[in-house]
Amino acid sequence: MTTRARPTRDELFALLDTVMDPEVPVVSVVELGVVRDAAVEGDEVVVTVTPTYSGCPAMREIEAEIERALHAHGHERVRIRTVFAPAWTTDWIGPAAREKLRAYGIAPPGPAPSADDELVPLRRRREVVRCPYCDSPDTALRSEFGSTACKSIRFCNACRQPFEQFKAF
Amino acid sequence: MDESLRPALVEFLLRHGDDRLVLGHRLAEWCGHGPALEEDIALANIALDVTGQANLLLALAGRTEGMGRDQDALAYFRDERDFRNAQLVELPKGDFGFTIVRQFLFDAYDVPFLEALQGSAHEELAGIAAKAYKEARYHLRHSAEWVVMLGDGTAESHERTQRALDELWRFTHELFEVDAVDRALIAAGIAPDVSALAPAWRARVAQVVERATLTLPGDGFRARGGRRGLHTEHLGIMLAEMQIVARSHPGASW
Repeated sequence: MTTRARPTRDELFALLDTVMDPEVPVVSVVELGVVRDAAVEGDEVVVTVTPTYSGCPAMREIEAEIERALHAHGHERVRIRTVFAPAWTTDWIGPAAREKLRAYGIAPPGPAPSADDELVPLRRRREVVRCPYCDSPDTALRSEFGSTACKSIRFCNACRQPFEQFKAF
Repeated sequence: MDESLRPALVEFLLRHGDDRLVLGHRLAEWCGHGPALEEDIALANIALDVTGQANLLLALAGRTEGMGRDQDALAYFRDERDFRNAQLVELPKGDFGFTIVRQFLFDAYDVPFLEALQGSAHEELAGIAAKAYKEARYHLRHSAEWVVMLGDGTAESHERTQRALDELWRFTHELFEVDAVDRALIAAGIAPDVSALAPAWRARVAQVVERATLTLPGDGFRARGGRRGLHTEHLGIMLAEMQIVARSHPGASW
């Protein structure tokens, strides 16, 4: 390995920002908040990640992509450290990434539910979610569970288009 | 951690990891058989969540045990008598109503259980619980809404849902049982006292059952034994199917 300056946290984050989420390839694993930290420890780069959901099947691929990106930039020794606390929340997805989701056809998440929210509401919740295609607020929840654990299925009554929403989590 | 607590912690992690592994398998049996596409996907998603939680808990159990067993060894190479899940989760999936009522009874227990477990003195366990807690809240919302829709639905859906509730009730008590394993961990601040969660569970279940126009069953026979490896005749058959590929091709990867 050629001698090079120790990369800073910002430089590592900029590099990791090129790793896209495999299921939603318009946002990076940094923008999603999956990458929590990155630092050089001894002779290896340690990337700290947190899974979105306990059973997220994309995590292994995300870790492999992170390793690949770092290897491609000359970081031969890479270690992935997984942490569970604090638990991942969609509140970590910033405004720019939310706009990318919307442009991709996925409605961005609303604010994460608080612990005080009614657990058993016994009626459909009234949350205004705008259609990512026509911007109409006249949309309805079809299912809390979509094609991946992190998305729900909605239907736009205005443009008659089903769409997915990143669920607030 | 106090070294003398190690066996109790392994046992605790197996109990709660196995609950999720077995329930996840029962839910996954709906894949391709759901009553509607949305529900097929929902049940598969919930299966993925609880199986993911099982993965984390069993991995921790294996590391705590220190005998070189990982989560796959624990899932695929233990026999029925070594499984520590409550009997509730091993019962065959039944019809959609049965699956939903079972899920609701479990979710209504799981949310306060995981909420309390977040305060565990065991840092990694607390982190796993914090993550799973958020998932369990989604599960409970889903199953509770379905109990209401089915119970307060057609005459047939009402009747089937009530029958499921009557059949499942005797299996719910085991979730709140506390034995020496629990007591040792409760004293160390590692595990919550599940027996203390029972009254709030019952109140929440009663609220949904009433809204669903169903009747809360009376307490009669209490099924128990799962935590000690005593199971219904259904678990062995389920494990045979779940484990056969891993046992026929040990070490295979795909």
